[in-house]
Formats: sequence, C-alpha cells, structure tokens
Amino acid sequence: MSTAPSATAPQKRSFTAAASVYVNERTSLAGFVKELGRKAFPDHWSFLLGEVALFSFVVVLISGTFLTFFFQASMAEVHYNGSYVPLKGVEMSVAMASTLDISFDIRGGLFVRQMHHWAALLFVAAIGLHMLRIFFTGAFRKPRELNWVIGFTLFILAMAEGFTGYSLPDDLLSGNGLAIINGMIKGIPVVGTWTSFLLFGGEFPGTAIVGRLYTLHILLLPALVVALVAIHLVFVVVHKHTQYAGPGKTQQNAVGPPILPIYAAKAGGFFFIIFGVLALIASMFTINPIWNYGPYDPSPVSAGTQPDWYIGFADGALRLVPPGWEFVWLDRTWSFNIIVPILVLGGFIMAVLIYPFIEAWVKGDKREHHIADRPRNAPTRTAIGAAGVTFYAGLWAAASSDILATHFSLTMEGVIHALQAVVIIGPFIAYFITKRVCIALQKKDREIVLHGYESGRIVKLPGGEFIEVHQPLDEYDRWKLVDFETYEPLMIRPNARGKITVGQRVRASLSRWFFEDRIAPVTKGELEAGHDGHH
Amino acid sequence: MAQDDHSGAEVAAADSSHAAHDSNVSPGTAVIAADAFENPGFPPHRPRVTDEDPKRDKRAQRTVYTLFYLSILGSIWAIAAYMLFPIESNDVGMVRLNNMFFGLGATLALLGIGFGVVHWGKAVMAEVELADERHPIGGSPETQAAAAQVFADADRESGFTRRTAIRNSLIGALLVFPLPAIVLFRGFAPQDENPVELLSHTMWQKGSRLTLDPSGTPIKAADVTIGSAFHVIPEGLAELEHGKLEAKAKAAVLLMRLDPAELNELPDRKDWSYDGIVAYSKICTHVGCPVALYEQHTHHLLCPCHQSQFDVTNHCEVIFGPAKRPLPQLPITVDDEGYLVARSDFTEPVGPSFWERH
Repeated sequence: MSTAPSATAPQKRSFTAAASVYVNERTSLAGFVKELGRKAFPDHWSFLLGEVALFSFVVVLISGTFLTFFFQASMAEVHYNGSYVPLKGVEMSVAMASTLDISFDIRGGLFVRQMHHWAALLFVAAIGLHMLRIFFTGAFRKPRELNWVIGFTLFILAMAEGFTGYSLPDDLLSGNGLAIINGMIKGIPVVGTWTSFLLFGGEFPGTAIVGRLYTLHILLLPALVVALVAIHLVFVVVHKHTQYAGPGKTQQNAVGPPILPIYAAKAGGFFFIIFGVLALIASMFTINPIWNYGPYDPSPVSAGTQPDWYIGFADGALRLVPPGWEFVWLDRTWSFNIIVPILVLGGFIMAVLIYPFIEAWVKGDKREHHIADRPRNAPTRTAIGAAGVTFYAGLWAAASSDILATHFSLTMEGVIHALQAVVIIGPFIAYFITKRVCIALQKKDREIVLHGYESGRIVKLPGGEFIEVHQPLDEYDRWKLVDFETYEPLMIRPNARGKITVGQRVRASLSRWFFEDRIAPVTKGELEAGHDGHH
Repeated sequence: MAQDDHSGAEVAAADSSHAAHDSNVSPGTAVIAADAFENPGFPPHRPRVTDEDPKRDKRAQRTVYTLFYLSILGSIWAIAAYMLFPIESNDVGMVRLNNMFFGLGATLALLGIGFGVVHWGKAVMAEVELADERHPIGGSPETQAAAAQVFADADRESGFTRRTAIRNSLIGALLVFPLPAIVLFRGFAPQDENPVELLSHTMWQKGSRLTLDPSGTPIKAADVTIGSAFHVIPEGLAELEHGKLEAKAKAAVLLMRLDPAELNELPDRKDWSYDGIVAYSKICTHVGCPVALYEQHTHHLLCPCHQSQFDVTNHCEVIFGPAKRPLPQLPITVDDEGYLVARSDFTEPVGPSFWERH
C-alpha cells in the first residue's frame, strides 16, 4: 500500500486530492468514506419527515445562537425606552425590553426571532409527524425499538425546549403560562408547594425564573437534544433505513441511491429548502407579537389566549376536568383536577413509549424487520394509532374550547361536554372505523391481486351480457400487494412445568385481540385457483 | 386456527423475505405461507427524459445553474436590503420593510441553493440505485463470543463478581455520592422563608384602601355604580420598590356592585360587603390565572384560561369548569372619608390549591 503511490503521485495532483491525502493521513477518514460513501439509502417522501425535524432543529440552533447575543435573561425592572412608541416608559423586565430591542432596534433581529419561533414550531410538528409515520408503518419493530424510545424522548425534550423558550420574553402571555405551570405544580401532592417555591426561587413570579429557564433553554436541553439526535442518527446508520415492500426489496437488503452523490444532494438541498421556507415564513408572517401583549402583570389577561400548539393537549386536558374534583382529606388538599390530567397524560405518554415492546411481546417475533408495513396490513396497530390520535386531537381541540365556542356561537359548556365525549368515546369509534377500513382495503388488495384492475373497458358478450374487462397485475405490482405477513392468535400452551401462567393468558388474549380478524396475502395457489374460474 | 410460538420455526426458511440468517430465529405467531409469491427481483430500469433527450438534459443543467445564480442575487439583495431599509427610530413601518426585504433576499438565497441542488440530484446526476446487503445487527456469532470473552476476562482479572464486598461497597458509594449535589439545590429558594406561611397572607390588612389597578387611586363607594366592575389593588402596592409582582399576584381583587337584593350572602359574611359592593380575589382557585372577565347581566366571572365560571351573586361559587373552590372574598367597608377599605386580609389563602392548604 505505502510503496506504490510515491512513484506516481507527485506529478499531477490536484489541490483537493492533496488535501484529501493530507487529512486522511492524519484522521484515517478514508475508511469512513469507503464504508459510508456509497451506502444505499432507501427513498420515499415519508422518510423526509425526520429530515424536516432535523433540519428545522439546525435552523433553531443557528437562529437561536444569534438571539443569545442580544437577549438578556434578567428580570430586573427597567422603563422601556426603545423604538416601539406605545410601550415607551412602561415598566418591564430586562428580558422583555431586550426582546423588544431585538424586534425593533436591531436590523434583521425580528427576522431571526421569527425564524427561531417558526422553526421551533415546525421542529415539534415534524417530530410528531415523523413519529406517526414510524408508528403506522411499524418501523419501530426489531431492531429499532430503542431508537423509538430515543426519538420519543426527543419529542418530549423538544416540547420542553419550546415551552422554556416561549417563557423567556417575560411578556403577558408567557408569564400567564408560567402562572398555570405554577398552579399545576402546587396541586401535586406532598412536594408541590415546595417544588414551586424552589423553581421560582420563592414566591411566584419572583425574579429568578427567566434566568433559570434560560440556562435550561440554551444549555442543558440543547445539549441533551444534540446528544440524542447524534445517537438517533448513528442508529439509523447501524440499522440501515427501512424500505417499503417492492420488487427486489427484501429483509436482507437496503435499496436506494447511494449517499454520495445523489442522497447527499437531495438531503443537502432539502436542508436549504427547509431553511428557505422558514425564512420566507419569517419574513412574511408575524409570530408571538409580544409588543401587543405587554409585560407580565399578574392581574390582566385577555380572552382567547392560547399556548403554542404543542402545549395545547396539556392545557386542553386541564380544561376537560369536570367541576368539583378537589377534596380536603386528612387535613390536606387533594387537587384531583390537577393530578388526574397529569396522570392521564403521563399514562398516555408511557403507553406510546412502550408500545413497541408490547407488540413485540404479543407477537413473539424475534426476527429483524426492515420492510415497513403498509398501515392497512396491520389493522389493529393502525386502529390503535387512530384511537391515540383521536384522543390527542380531542385534548388539543379542548385548548381552544373558548375560541370554538365564540366562533361557532356555541355554549362553553356544550363545547366542553362534546370534547369530553370525543376524548372518552372518540378513541373507541376511531378504533372501530379504522380497523374496518383497513380490513376493507386489504380485501380490495386481494381482489386486485386475484382479478386485476378494473380497466373501464366494457365488453358485450355474445349472449348479451356486459362485463368489464379486468387488467391483470404484472408481477412487480403484484409483489407490492402480497409482500406482507400476518400473525395468528396465540394458542395457550402449558410451559415446561405444565402450568399456564397469568402472563401467558394475558398475552394470548392480547394476541386474540390483535390478530383475530386477519386477511392473509394472496398465495400462488389462490391466484391459480382463481384463474381456473370463470373470469 | 391458532398457532404457538415454536411450530412456525421450521417453515420460516420457506419465507422468501426472511431467509438465510434469520431462519433460526423465532418468528413468533407469524404465519408463513408455503406457497407465497417469490420476490420477482428488480423491475427493468426506466430512463428519465433527461437520460434520453440531450436537449432536456441541457435544459435541466441550465435550470440548476440559473438557480444558483439566483441564490447569489438573493444574498446580495439581502445585504442591500439591510442597508436600504434601516430602522429609523420610532418607526414601526421601517421594521416591517426591513424584516420583509431582508427576509425575502435570504429566502431566495436559500431556496436557490436548495432547489438547485435537489434538481441537480434528481435530473442531472446519473441515476444510480444500489442494493446493500443487511447483516444481523447483533453481529456474527464469533464477534458475540469474542465480546463475551472480553467481559469474562475483565471479570476474572478484576474479580468484579467474585469480590462482593468490594463491588457492593462501590455500588453503595456510587448511589450515595450524588446526594450532596442534590442538597445543593435547596439554595434555589430562600432559606428563611416558608412557602405555606407566605401563601396564607396577602398585602391586604385592616384599613387598607381599595385602589385602582394600576394607578393606585383610592375608590369612593359613591363612585361605584350598580353594574360596574373595577380592577383593584391594595393601597401602597403601586409604590412598592420590591416584590410588587409577587404582592400583586396574591392581592389582585375584582370589585363589583350589584343590586343588594340580588346578592345571596352567607350569614357570617353579611357585613363583608357594602351596599351591594363586593370584592373577590381575582386569582383563580384552579391554577391561578386572573379571573378577568365579568359578565354584567348574569353576574358571572369567567376565567379565560380554563373557563371556570363563578357566580358573584352566590358568593362566587363555581358553576362550571375545573375549579372547585369559590373565589375568596375580601371583607370590605368604608372609612370615614367614604373610601372603600378592607376589614381584614382574606380569611383563607388565595389562588390555586396547594398541598398544605386545609
């Protein structure tokens, strides 16, 4: 290896070649390039959702870094004396004043601030959609369960980043959001009062919270997010990306364009498109106009105030609690109007977090899965997902209960009661409908495989009968419709000691629930039998 | 039809998409059909228009570099806009122009690169599709055995499992050592204050005048007409140098005058109002938002955050929403100059519930 180049190299070596050699001889990067440079990367529009999340996070980091040079996380009181005339002379915190300065006295400051906020909203939204894609295609199955957990943790961290950032300007709305957090914390049994006291550095609102949230917002949480994103992506490389069923695609290969150059071009270009779209939104659309709200004051608040979208489900959960859920017992106050929403949301989050492990346990399938499911081919999972989405959507809509009531001239009570019904009954309805729709679609797929597409060509037979000619599928299209697996309900069997355990019973009943209704893919025999028939 | 975990294993090899290295791994309750279709392999390659038509290829190339030039123009325009639209002091309109034109330049700069590179990748670069072979994530059995051997060697050499006294005492030490760091967090709140004590009192005291929020002007009972509502703070709050917001967060009050005949007062609170004038804490008993919306003809107070509703005629009890307790009432009367004053502090803690409240 080391002898050959010395004879030929010196004559004509471009600068890039020389630089590559220089770097490689000090870093051993050639091995990485050889290993990763031509990796095949499966391609599908739905795989871009994770990229949207990643790229909007990069935009958040870039824009946020600029903002830190101007923002001052202090709650010291000043009289505003910047360019925004209506607030001149108003007493406010340094945090609020510096945010106004970013908006009105620093050229491009408003642009960067708005881009930061819009990018943050997109970041959380893209993670949510990315997670839905993963869930509904079963891309969390072995070996990707841990990456699901990491990604889900990132979703929680992103919401925490969002909330801490929203609270920094110390305007009326963000202060009010903190007041709600304070009230919720105080409602937690045993530790609530002291937790609030420690968080706010004394009585609410105090003069410490903005500085503390700032440390979380720009140091602790971003460090965690960056670290977890790095692990998340390393796992993607280790596992190789999933792919949808298609001709030539198997569990043993990953099919797609190579990372260099096509994937790099598409993904790199896509980063600039995300960045550009966020720049466009930031230059055209106002977000969080704190100058309209004014500085935080515990007394005023206007109707129709809303948190950023991703906090909505938690706010909605608080609103849907029926009256009277608070008791004094054992000389202590039990605020079930706070505890119950916290427990329900916590339970929901945990259920989403551990779902991959439950499904794996029910199936008992220990194989690796690299072909993503079409949602219809896993009807029960898809239906569970639809139920979860309905539950979340009901809570989310409840965060706008007052706006729904005023816009549609409904009573507040009526909206709340309707949304309580959506949250409790809605998931069951969504589950049932989704499962039936999935099964119907599976049946349609079978029909197409067995009898072909409807061609729209009507033929009159000699006997006078009209029939529509069906166009049979070619083997490539057919493969997309038959390359999936089904599972059967587990039959309870005694274990080695001749016992049937409780765990086994639970697993069997879950398995029955999951797989009782199943539509199997068409087999070769079925297709041949079909051809023998009259069509 | 039901199937147990083990019977599927022997037919797993027949499954076309889960072949080879997976064959000895349990497929659980998966159904593996014996006569499933075989994977037909890759479909024939379909060339793009830019592969077949040199003119289209040329045009795609032109589009790509035009987009890159547009991007450069956008960057230059953004810099120019930064200078052309300075923010004149006190002129919000200039902020808008600066924001928009700088932003549009940046947008063009970014989208030019983005769309250009993507178009290059999709239309001009040679269309290559590769198939990488996947290997079991766990690695080969040899690798796994080697890793297990490393741990076994390390354990033997260190005596980690054998020397239990050393190992357990280390685990104990590791569990205890973060505790001092946790104790440090006590410094997050003042050492000499008790939250329960603080939450139980507000700035109101006997004889405090009710004053307007935020000016601090005292209110005469005669100025409060029937149907009106005032946002009220205790006298002296507006002039506080320190702790103003903390004081206000507890002491904010809503003052309303109703027809005394409409008021249903509790027997022990008969003298808490003055001629139909009642004062209630403005801090919601749910999670502490200001209950700022007063509906005059129904005498209902509405919290804008979570829609708890309180009935003023009925000592502010909750008629809807997640709050449980009525808003605490501030006992008031008039002093000899006719100004409204508090008879005492609130008789219970105001604001959201907390654990030690009873």
